[in-house]
Amino acid sequence: MAILDKHKILERNATLLLVFSFLVVTIGGIVQIAPLFYLENTIEKVEGMRPYSPLELAGRDIYVREGCYVCHSQMIRPMRDEVERYGHYSLAAESMYDHPFQWGSKRTGPDLARVGGRYSDDWHLVHLRNPQAVVPESVMPKYDFLERTRMDGEYIDELLATHRMVGVPYTDEMIENARADFLAQADPDSDFDGVLERYPGAQVRNFDSQPGVSEADALIAYMQMLGTLVDFSTFVADANR
Amino acid sequence: MSNETEHDKEIGNTGHEWDGIKELNNPLPRWWLWCFYLTIIWGVGYTIAYPAWPMINEATAGVLGYSTRAEVAEEIAAVEEANGPINAKLVAAELTEVSDDPGLMQYATSAGGAVFRTWCAQCHGSGGAGVQASGYPNLLDDDWLWGGTIEDIHLTIAHGIRNEEDLDSRYSEMPAFGEILEEEEIVSVVQYVKSLSGTPDDAAQAAAGEEVYLDNCSACHGEEGLGDVFQGAPNLADAIWLYGGDTETLIETVTYSRFGVMPPWQGRLSEAEVRAVALYVHSRGGGQ
Repeated sequence: MAILDKHKILERNATLLLVFSFLVVTIGGIVQIAPLFYLENTIEKVEGMRPYSPLELAGRDIYVREGCYVCHSQMIRPMRDEVERYGHYSLAAESMYDHPFQWGSKRTGPDLARVGGRYSDDWHLVHLRNPQAVVPESVMPKYDFLERTRMDGEYIDELLATHRMVGVPYTDEMIENARADFLAQADPDSDFDGVLERYPGAQVRNFDSQPGVSEADALIAYMQMLGTLVDFSTFVADANR
Repeated sequence: MSNETEHDKEIGNTGHEWDGIKELNNPLPRWWLWCFYLTIIWGVGYTIAYPAWPMINEATAGVLGYSTRAEVAEEIAAVEEANGPINAKLVAAELTEVSDDPGLMQYATSAGGAVFRTWCAQCHGSGGAGVQASGYPNLLDDDWLWGGTIEDIHLTIAHGIRNEEDLDSRYSEMPAFGEILEEEEIVSVVQYVKSLSGTPDDAAQAAAGEEVYLDNCSACHGEEGLGDVFQGAPNLADAIWLYGGDTETLIETVTYSRFGVMPPWQGRLSEAEVRAVALYVHSRGGGQ
């Protein structure tokens, strides 16, 4: 009972108990925190990933605001049924610029990780306006107010700057041109070369078929690029992941 | 310790004592203890066998070499291999003759049904009845915009309609007659079109619309309004409406025109999948 006798010393000496409790909590903390410093290592290198364009980022904010993640996941698991229905399983790199990530944990609706390019803008517009018009069995609520809610992108540069603070590599040039890019991406008649240069593969269209930028523009721009960035022709799956 | 029993003396105590209260040293139940030891052994074995411990660059791989990614790749390869011969047979077969081979036809329609529910149902509806409000065509009736033979359906699915991605997609465009005709001409031609498949709201207007129709519409929709599948001009005389047959919708259609787009599926889907879904759609009831 030697060890129990020593235990008695701890239990009867408040300062010593405090010191040793702190030691135990420290070990637990290190075990949890230390791997986070190696987080970069867990993200395999893929080609094609870039930060969200200002319009897409604004759309992502609407996605989060409306709680889309409550019913839609963005995480295709490596299982045959999911890969056949939704496409290539999701990679860590695909959500590395997401703060917070939108993996979700419940699929009342389908997974949206690769919804980009799967439907037309018109379909999205009709579907947001009244989901049951195109999918009668859907239980999704109507989001018809999005196309009526205008956006001017006044604070979009600050949104980009905030994301830079948590590690998204937005350059000064991107932040400087954020508002112009935000407006240009939803207007195919604008001078949108800068958008394409800063955000390769960005889709420039009038997503909601009405002048100006509405929340529907932003949300559809976001959805239309989901899962489309990674170049899978150069991707080699690392089996040890 | 006056109330100490024989049993208490026998098992002894842990030596912990607080204000005269001692803690007895009752043994743990054997079954529980052995389960506990077993979980420890299992845990150690598991971390050796499977990927577990995080290292600097990656986690330990485990001696079994298990990987979720390899597993899903293997599973997909196994299914593809199993379906390989019948897919090859489907790709090699004449589309018109597939229905003569019951086994192949059954495979094609069930595989096609799975493709349809994954890729087509969003617009054409899970049952294939389409969505009139958005102009997504009903695939169950025998009214076909671009032809309802199995080859036509295959062509439409493979290349799509009026899209920019596929150079072989069939293309046609109805002019927006709001820029060409007067408002009253549009109203009267709509009444004439309504008269082709039923009763117009106003017979006099319909009669006046006939000339407008023959001058402007008959080139594509035909003199009798039977349409033309070679340019996707809908049949106007069969009382089946793509966007709706009420006067208001028809005026909108004539004034602003319509431009329904279907994406090409060749490339996204394999040729066997395109053929399977074509056979599935053809078999739904309306195929010619």
